[in-house]
Amino acid sequence: MIGVIDYNMGNIQSVVNAFEYLAKPVTVIKDEAGLSKVDKIVLPGVGAFGMGMKHLTDMGMVDALNQEVLVNRKPFLGICLGMQLICKESFEFGHFDGLGWVDASVRKLKAAPGLAIPHVGWDDLKIKRQNCLLRGENGRFPDVYFVHSYYADPVDPGVVTAVCDYGMEFPAAIEKDNIFAVQFHPEKSQKAGLDMLKEFSEAGTHA
Amino acid sequence: MLKRRLIPVLFLKNGLIVRSEYFNYHQNLGNPVSEVKRYSDWDADELIYIDISTEHYYDLRRDDLRVSNKGNILDIIRDISRVCFMPLTFGGGIRTIEDIRLRIQNGADKITINAAAIDDLSFIGKSSSVFGSQCIIVSIDYKMVNGRAVVFKSGLTETGMDAAEWAADAEKKGAGEIFLNSIDRDGSARGYDIDVIKRVTDAVSIPVIACGGAGDFHDFVDLARSTRVSAMAAGNIFHFTELSYQRAKDTLLKNNVNVRK
Repeated sequence: MIGVIDYNMGNIQSVVNAFEYLAKPVTVIKDEAGLSKVDKIVLPGVGAFGMGMKHLTDMGMVDALNQEVLVNRKPFLGICLGMQLICKESFEFGHFDGLGWVDASVRKLKAAPGLAIPHVGWDDLKIKRQNCLLRGENGRFPDVYFVHSYYADPVDPGVVTAVCDYGMEFPAAIEKDNIFAVQFHPEKSQKAGLDMLKEFSEAGTHA
Repeated sequence: MLKRRLIPVLFLKNGLIVRSEYFNYHQNLGNPVSEVKRYSDWDADELIYIDISTEHYYDLRRDDLRVSNKGNILDIIRDISRVCFMPLTFGGGIRTIEDIRLRIQNGADKITINAAAIDDLSFIGKSSSVFGSQCIIVSIDYKMVNGRAVVFKSGLTETGMDAAEWAADAEKKGAGEIFLNSIDRDGSARGYDIDVIKRVTDAVSIPVIACGGAGDFHDFVDLARSTRVSAMAAGNIFHFTELSYQRAKDTLLKNNVNVRK
């Protein structure tokens, strides 16, 4: 069973819909008790980092997430804000601590002339290394849908599995043990995104 | 590289999909829920639904639709979002923060506001501070009046505002995108209104989605080549031409417009 965390940060229904469409058992998690009952955890979300961490903390989810993902090593997928929240810190509207599973800072995209921030729309990925979720062909992956102004910047470039170029190259996907995260929205990326979610739902437990 | 988007726009009236012409003639094209499979098969970049039944558009036809569906826009959103895995925008009749919340909860990613933003400019900022500006599209309907592109509220009431100036104001207040629709060209198949679209895209730095006038696939190419629009949108052409979405994409790609394959 895949658990999608609802912490009041945007449209989570689309992620649930995608797993249902793929005929994968999925449930919505609203408290820490729910986390222990699922095999895989998805943290989606759109919005500000500080608010996202506050909601997770207020719901008492932080310790339970650390336990299930870091100790019990359940496969975890962070999407968009969910990718940023697993980082050590963010500089969005101040300075905030994140879950800290990946030694990374969340920074604002640098606006290049003629490129608007947020980065909104379909963009291509360059695959950096072999990984479980993004197969790709010859280092390319079909276009995926992005909506964001900030990106995760890890200290160890080895965790980055795919990058996107929007005036500057930024990590679009990372993978570290049982932890997966993507800056784009697989649930809004047509077949390419559904294929990725299917890989996640069928991925081994890495136990 | 970021792609230009090609977006089908579907107009809903009393729960049914209609074809729109000059904002005042609406031909019934079918039920959005029974046709939902078709839209997911289009593999579109994005879909925009505008519910025109709650606005006071003048309808020349008798209102003889058997189903009275005024309240079912949320059901429609839910059914579509279950099978369409692309960004979904819903607009029409949105007046309050609660209107937006309900649409997002049921599967919308973005919403458009039109009259509510004209009546109260601060509504743009209020809604983008709650949902994020990426979620708030300000829709602008305009008509040429003595050589000026004048904004019409809900496509109906002349406001006297200039379309480009209004777009710039909307951006300042927190709009995430502009949806620009020419009333004069609606359903006309005369091509896009390049001059006005260019003025509006030059006035803002947020993405502009241009709509109104696409008559054949080369109109998309012309629009992409001669303006900075982020997205080319159209309604009728996708309904009345076989395999039109894919063929439009092929035409754009053949003409070196940077779109998603």
